[in-house]
Amino acid sequence: MSFLEYAPAPESTSILRLQDQYGLFIDGEFVEGGGTPFDTIAPSTGKKLATMSCADGHDVERAVTAARRAYDTTWSKLSGRDRGKYLFRIARLVQERGRELAVAESLDNGKPIKETRDFDIPTVAAWFFYYAGWADKLEHAGLGPNPRSLGVAAQVIPWNFPLMMLAWKIAPALAAGNTVVLKPASTTPLTAILFAEILQQADLPRGVVNILTGPGSMGGQLVAHPGVDKVAFTGSTGVGQTIARSIAGQRKRLTLELGGKGANLVFDDAPIDQAIEGVVNGIFFNQGQVCCAGSRLLVQESIHDEFVDRLKARMQTLRVGDPLDKNTDVGAINSAAQLATIAELADAGEAEGAEKWSPDCVLPSEGFWYAPTIFTNVQTSHRIAREEVFGPVLSILTFRTPAEAIAKANNTPYGLSAGIWSDKGSRVLALADQLRAGVVWANTFNKFDPTSPFGGYKESGYGREGGRQGIGAYLQASEAQQSTSTPRGASRRSITAATPAALPAKTSSRKKAAK
Amino acid sequence: MNRLAVPKTYKLFIGGAFPRSESGRSYVVQSPKGRFLANSSLASRKDARDAVRAARAAFGGWAGASAYNRGQVLYRVAEVLDGRHGQFVDEIVAQEGGSRAAAAAQVDEAIDRWVWYAGWADKFAQVAGNANPVAGPYFNISVPEPTGVVAIIAPQDSSLLGLVSAIAPALVTGNTVVVIASERFPLSAISLAEAVATSDLPGGVLNVLTGSPAEIAPWLASHADVNALDLVGAGELDWIALETAAVGTVKRVRWPETGAAAVAPSLERIRAFTETKTVWHTKSMI
Repeated sequence: MSFLEYAPAPESTSILRLQDQYGLFIDGEFVEGGGTPFDTIAPSTGKKLATMSCADGHDVERAVTAARRAYDTTWSKLSGRDRGKYLFRIARLVQERGRELAVAESLDNGKPIKETRDFDIPTVAAWFFYYAGWADKLEHAGLGPNPRSLGVAAQVIPWNFPLMMLAWKIAPALAAGNTVVLKPASTTPLTAILFAEILQQADLPRGVVNILTGPGSMGGQLVAHPGVDKVAFTGSTGVGQTIARSIAGQRKRLTLELGGKGANLVFDDAPIDQAIEGVVNGIFFNQGQVCCAGSRLLVQESIHDEFVDRLKARMQTLRVGDPLDKNTDVGAINSAAQLATIAELADAGEAEGAEKWSPDCVLPSEGFWYAPTIFTNVQTSHRIAREEVFGPVLSILTFRTPAEAIAKANNTPYGLSAGIWSDKGSRVLALADQLRAGVVWANTFNKFDPTSPFGGYKESGYGREGGRQGIGAYLQASEAQQSTSTPRGASRRSITAATPAALPAKTSSRKKAAK
Repeated sequence: MNRLAVPKTYKLFIGGAFPRSESGRSYVVQSPKGRFLANSSLASRKDARDAVRAARAAFGGWAGASAYNRGQVLYRVAEVLDGRHGQFVDEIVAQEGGSRAAAAAQVDEAIDRWVWYAGWADKFAQVAGNANPVAGPYFNISVPEPTGVVAIIAPQDSSLLGLVSAIAPALVTGNTVVVIASERFPLSAISLAEAVATSDLPGGVLNVLTGSPAEIAPWLASHADVNALDLVGAGELDWIALETAAVGTVKRVRWPETGAAAVAPSLERIRAFTETKTVWHTKSMI
């Protein structure tokens, strides 16, 4: 018997009244798609939740046209204050329907209800609140006076945080004055369509947000559409590269939030209990299906054995099972395909000589499950130390000196996140300087906030979401700034001549041929 | 009896040294009227790789230098450029033709622009970074950091001003640079490198290749140790193929620019080759 036995405490699903079939959301209305409808299932049971419409190329055309019309006729003409008011409405409506959204998200994704209830949905609301306030303050976004929106944004989001990723994409895009066509992941389309109902309740003008459910190939058609000005993608590095390749030469703004192989560095003076909680949170939060997961644990050699023993003891208390149970810590893997990927990499870990360990836990017989797993004796060359597993699998390595910790932490093509656990502030700050990662958490892990920029170095992508930098990805400097030219024959020593804002507007260098 | 001149041998600039192309090749640079000016080094794929290696080796030191120090060094480059003012005017007139006044204006503007960017070294982080008021007991700060090795195809229609306008904003935050100079007007680039080499800029921070962008650029675009690609001067090449090649290692890419607005001085040019690092640190509950 494990740690403690609790009676089941499932969240009621009565608040969620699902329809059998959902349409696409185009130009403010739910419509049938041209493709073959598909089922979205609960990964914890394999049972069907609803049938979703599938968009085809014609629907992509309709959605981009609607977004363009909304941009030209409504949204770009609206004052920042009024755009902000719509976003505040959306934030409030998300809060009002928070429990329903949490249940739907937990069912459709397989993640524990305590995470959707206490993290995902509150974060969604917070994101809309934060960017709502930016809509009428764009001149303070760091791009100089009168920054302009980009136009129509095509946004493709992943299945690990379906509604949260939607909020990260839509909130800054609308605040900056763009209109949106969003494609949720094909395994988790449900909450995006429920969100479309919220947009109707908020009376958002038609066409400002359009949501197309369907396969990745449809997402490819969407980002490649010539009517799209801006592409934002979160997902795997491989798919991000496919998108970047497909739009090369089109001068579309692109931001990519891609994979990671985060290092979590634990020094011998770390607060060990907090560090163990942080390591557990870093890799088992959302079943490890997190791009910034702390999937490589680097422990100072002098405390390795003790740390691993205590980590194993802590892992014995993790409750794996029904995502809707309020006591569940680790839910279901999102899909059969992802489960196969995790299993394949874990098998490679064993084959390459690392030692695999999992706590005793009985996995449900239906659905997609993988037990929390750690590997010890991992070498930096092992696949499980180099490739993104995107599952509850932790690789443990050691180091002796801070210099070795830095070298090993940076020994990856990725650069999204890192963690440092040490009581010594001066060492923490020096290490934070040296780590090539977009987010560094010191004595904490997996913290997110709408005011705080998030994004990667190297093959983890480019661009930031959150904070002032996040809205910058949906804006461009005003014409006057962009098209500054050098006055010919400017007098010598005239340094003001090189100051951009002081010069008059000339021709635009960024006019798109498509417009 | 007239004194016989001592013409300059124009070489490459890699890792702080001035080697000839390892390939042993050179190409003829002519004045607009067809007069022979120099045999300029025709850089090869191997030269590009050597330059990237030098740039990578120099990155830690340059990025790790204090912003104050980087600003001082860059300002020193401007001082040395100013001291060689006449030389640059002569070279621009010889390469591009046109009046001495126009050439002097180009040199003036290049120097002033270099000074403008140098002054951003210890200010940019204040403008582009910020503290984030997160909802929790954390100290949370975002700062810009250099992205790494930046490969630049310099504007092809300008000998000095375009080059300076492209490399200065990349250097100022701590990136190291491999730049392919204007193919037609490469001489000013090597003279600029001579100013740089005597200005305390560490060897390898700036590397200058002369030759054919069409030949060298694809190797830089696909090189796994290059972090960003500035195609500002690549408009006459198949730049879409270069952008596509850069996808393999998820490089940041800037597109070709043309016209009077090309390479206008702006914070956006500095920001383009930086990453934002966000550090969360717990605050104790007291």
